[in-house]
Amino acid sequence: MPAEPLIAVRNLVQTIRGQEILRGFSLDIFKGETLVLLGKSGGGKSVFLRHLIGLMRPVSGSIMFEGQDLARLSERGLEPVRRKIGMLFQDGALFDSMNVMDNVAFPLRERGERDDKIIREKVAEALALVNMGGHDEKMPVNLSGGMRKRVALARAIISPPQVILYDEPTAGLDPIVADSINKLIRRLQKQLSVTSIVVTHDMVSCKHIADRVALLNEGKRHFYGTLSDLEGTEDKVIRDFVDGRSEEEED
Amino acid sequence: MPFAQFFGNLFSGFFVHIGQVAGLAGETLASIFAGRIRWKLVLHQVAEIGYRSQLVVIVTGAFTGAVFTAQAYFQFASLNMETAVGPVVTISLFRELGPVLTGLMVAGRVGAAMSAEIGTMKVTQQIDALRALAVNPVDYLVVPRALAMFISMPLLVVECTACGALAAYYVAVQILNIDAVYYLANLQKFTDIYDIMMSLIKGFVFGIIIVFISCREGLRAQDGAVGVGRATTESVVICSLCILIANFFLTMFLNILFPAGQS
Repeated sequence: MPAEPLIAVRNLVQTIRGQEILRGFSLDIFKGETLVLLGKSGGGKSVFLRHLIGLMRPVSGSIMFEGQDLARLSERGLEPVRRKIGMLFQDGALFDSMNVMDNVAFPLRERGERDDKIIREKVAEALALVNMGGHDEKMPVNLSGGMRKRVALARAIISPPQVILYDEPTAGLDPIVADSINKLIRRLQKQLSVTSIVVTHDMVSCKHIADRVALLNEGKRHFYGTLSDLEGTEDKVIRDFVDGRSEEEED
Repeated sequence: MPFAQFFGNLFSGFFVHIGQVAGLAGETLASIFAGRIRWKLVLHQVAEIGYRSQLVVIVTGAFTGAVFTAQAYFQFASLNMETAVGPVVTISLFRELGPVLTGLMVAGRVGAAMSAEIGTMKVTQQIDALRALAVNPVDYLVVPRALAMFISMPLLVVECTACGALAAYYVAVQILNIDAVYYLANLQKFTDIYDIMMSLIKGFVFGIIIVFISCREGLRAQDGAVGVGRATTESVVICSLCILIANFFLTMFLNILFPAGQS
């Protein structure tokens, strides 16, 4: 494992409408690994992920990426960083006024590519990578949840990023589609050598894709280690989460 | 002191709102001067704002001109001043009714659509997706709409006013039997280029009001569909009130620059 983390998060604090969501959260993410961030629903996992691409600013703390503190960069200053980091939003966040082709081609066109032939080739390549070839002309409203996520993933990887952030990639999907998304995440990591940060509460997905795992609990890092460390621990909070047990008594 | 607190909140909210709209306008102008303009999107918005608003402003202008002519005629006829109907109606259309009615119509049609579209993009994370793809939402969403509005609004005001003036002429001459020669002679005598300039300036200012208030409401929408609905309603209400209030101050100011009937 390389000594220097690609992304170093230190003492991140975030408050939303008076509620403290992150309370000094720290994490290291190393180049080429897939880190899965686990935690309860509403526990601040997605909030944390949004900080990594500058969509939210922390109250305090730092996010170091390639020698720059993302928390201190302006909106315009973040643009070069965002070209190196792709993000898959929970619902895909496809542009509903554009068809699949235009959605996936969007980053290319915005980065100055004007040759329609090259754009079509790259879009076809990206769609093939996510098994969505032949759906170019469809509008997002006509796609299922899994298909929307695949197209969004194609859009995120068409200009290959160094880092991909996945926000609940398998949420709301049936087990078969969820499994295909998990395989896709693994395949992208191998083919594109990207660093992946996956936010989820899906343990099946976690076991499938994780190189390392972190658990966010009550705004702080509760666990950080390998999958086997996670499975071997006797810590009650972790065991409850891994085994899917609630504290409420049975009727 | 709930009463004082209510007015305190109202005033602070008002100034925060003004500050946010001014901030958005400043950011948009900075992007325009920096050349971050997507001309294809500008043309698309010119079609949306200008081309597709024509029917509304033509009907509004024509029927306002027609009904105003009829009312003016009924009042002036008792004083034997029928031929004054032409300049009174036309000057009113150029200086007040044309710009204000066009502004209100465009605020209702285009301003509401802008807030709803941008608001929906906001609550469905499409604006976050733009930002994540290193595209500034102001450059992509606001700049094309602002430029299209700056181009379209003065033209729509001219169209509305011209249709009103033509309808006024038709009603006065063809229906109310006012002598066409006297009508046109009086029209030429009492109207001048300043009336048209005032109309264009007001149209431009109302365009600025509509585009920045509507985009600001859309960009700040939250809480799902309810929030989009709220943003759309507020956009139309705030735009309409601002147009009516700004019109008074513009009239007072522009009358100093372009005094009526002084050329």
